[in-house]
Amino acid sequence: MLILNCPYCGVDAEETELAAGGEAHLKRFGPDSSDDDFHDYLFMRENPKGVHFERWRHANGCGKWFHAARCTQTLEVFGTYTAQVFEPPKEIKDSITAKRPGWTWRELD
Amino acid sequence: MSEPISALNHASYDGIARVEECGLQGMITLRGNLSDKVLIKAVKDATGQKMPGQREANVDGDTGVCWMSSDELLVLVPYAEVEAKLAAMNNALGGVHALAANVSDARAVFRISGASGREVLGKLAPVELSVAAFQPGQIRRSRLAQVAGAFWMDDADTFRVVCFRSAAEYVFNLLKVAAQPGSEVGVY
Repeated sequence: MLILNCPYCGVDAEETELAAGGEAHLKRFGPDSSDDDFHDYLFMRENPKGVHFERWRHANGCGKWFHAARCTQTLEVFGTYTAQVFEPPKEIKDSITAKRPGWTWRELD
Repeated sequence: MSEPISALNHASYDGIARVEECGLQGMITLRGNLSDKVLIKAVKDATGQKMPGQREANVDGDTGVCWMSSDELLVLVPYAEVEAKLAAMNNALGGVHALAANVSDARAVFRISGASGREVLGKLAPVELSVAAFQPGQIRRSRLAQVAGAFWMDDADTFRVVCFRSAAEYVFNLLKVAAQPGSEVGVY
């Protein structure tokens, strides 16, 4: 079972309290972007075996969206962090590097 | 004007714990910046309670204030006073970016009392309810089986549970099953 710590209410919430929100840190390509960019923004998603960044919502709780960094292979959670960022904070990246040296995810490493 | 009654009108059940519907409870949802001095004072004026910290509930009887999220409070006031308190609160919050709304008739409130109260709730919510983890003064928003619910403890043996009024009968049935005689698990 997946247990994520909600950074807004501090609760260790288990999976049934949460709603999955798909991949994190998508960059939106809207009006005036090229068709290729828009296509990639709409349809192209990471599906890694290993380090992954996701959005989650504490739906049966405080109702806030947040980010989670976890491993899709082992369900290990590297950390959760606020939704108000464009990329993972340094301490999250450091904790991933400590456990999965050489990890990459999209343009992050 | 018709007489307001609560969802289950004080229905009750006695099992390993006593489950009862508490009747009408005035409730105001207040959203805004919880560190704003004007908002803190408005809450204090309405309830006499200080601003709760994260996951805290400062409740005395039918008056109090509960932390619902980092920008939301549940203000409890006596049902008869809710319109007056809301008007006073809106007046005080005039210059602040905040929203207060009367949600009294959208909710149902239950009381679970008795030594096995923790067991009854522990069967329904995915929450650590051991004595070390959950104490009076704390509030937890979670789910009760399939519907949203929040609860806090009034004292060491008494829980108060809030859910949507539309789910009141469902929650009462859940609590009745969880409180069936002989169904103690004995984990807490």
